[in-house]
Amino acid sequence: MIPTPPAPDALSLASALARPIPLAAEGGEATHSVGPIQTALLIVLLVVGTFFLVVGTVGLLRLPNVYNRMHATSKATTLGAASIALAGFVFYGPGGDGLMSLVIVVFLFLTAPTGAHMISRAAQRMGIDFLEEVSWPAPPPDPPEDARPDDSTAGPNSEDDGSAAPSDD
Amino acid sequence: MTTVATETLHGLLGAVVFAALVVSAALTLLVSYRVIKGPTVPDRVVALDTIGTNVVAIAVLYSMLTWQGYFIDVSVVLAIIGFISTVTVARYVTEGDIIE
Repeated sequence: MIPTPPAPDALSLASALARPIPLAAEGGEATHSVGPIQTALLIVLLVVGTFFLVVGTVGLLRLPNVYNRMHATSKATTLGAASIALAGFVFYGPGGDGLMSLVIVVFLFLTAPTGAHMISRAAQRMGIDFLEEVSWPAPPPDPPEDARPDDSTAGPNSEDDGSAAPSDD
Repeated sequence: MTTVATETLHGLLGAVVFAALVVSAALTLLVSYRVIKGPTVPDRVVALDTIGTNVVAIAVLYSMLTWQGYFIDVSVVLAIIGFISTVTVARYVTEGDIIE
């Protein structure tokens, strides 16, 4: 039995390594072609995506805190996966599968910040501390005792009422 | 562009797709270190979320390597399931139950 030669526009190393199974329902896969400009764009997108995946993983493994690790994964890893999904869009063209790749990009950009926000809020409610030199940027959650007379107006008013009553007497 | 240059680009594309697939799989293995060793529960959840995102990228790369477009749908479903599981674990850790 003579093996059928691969399609001229199929990936040469890919067909040599993975030996794609031609599906019976997918008869038109040989007509799909990837041009040279598409190929160059694919290589750039894949290299950028892999680089950002590496950056996100190194940050997840080496940063000291939950919040800092989330900083690495929720931005760098999402950008890497979105870049690879965009490469899928370039690969498949503006058809059905290419549009599904764009759906992946939009969905990742919508859900990764939401999930990271919910996890960080859960971690803060569980009582996981920040690093020592890190605090909330706005008013701190429980202000120290010195700042309390400056903030509250009820204290000085009650003291004025208390001082006004003896002066009337 | 000449045929030879186009063939070289196609060969380079196959090599790049395969290398990206290998690197993503190795990164997923490395992230599992944080799942096992992470000191707190949110550490593990963040690492599992990262594994989900990596598997989305792996499914897209495998779809490009084998010319099977169905794996794009697989990665869409994986992205949805990863988001739902992350939100569910966050709610469970915070409030104690998932659906009140």
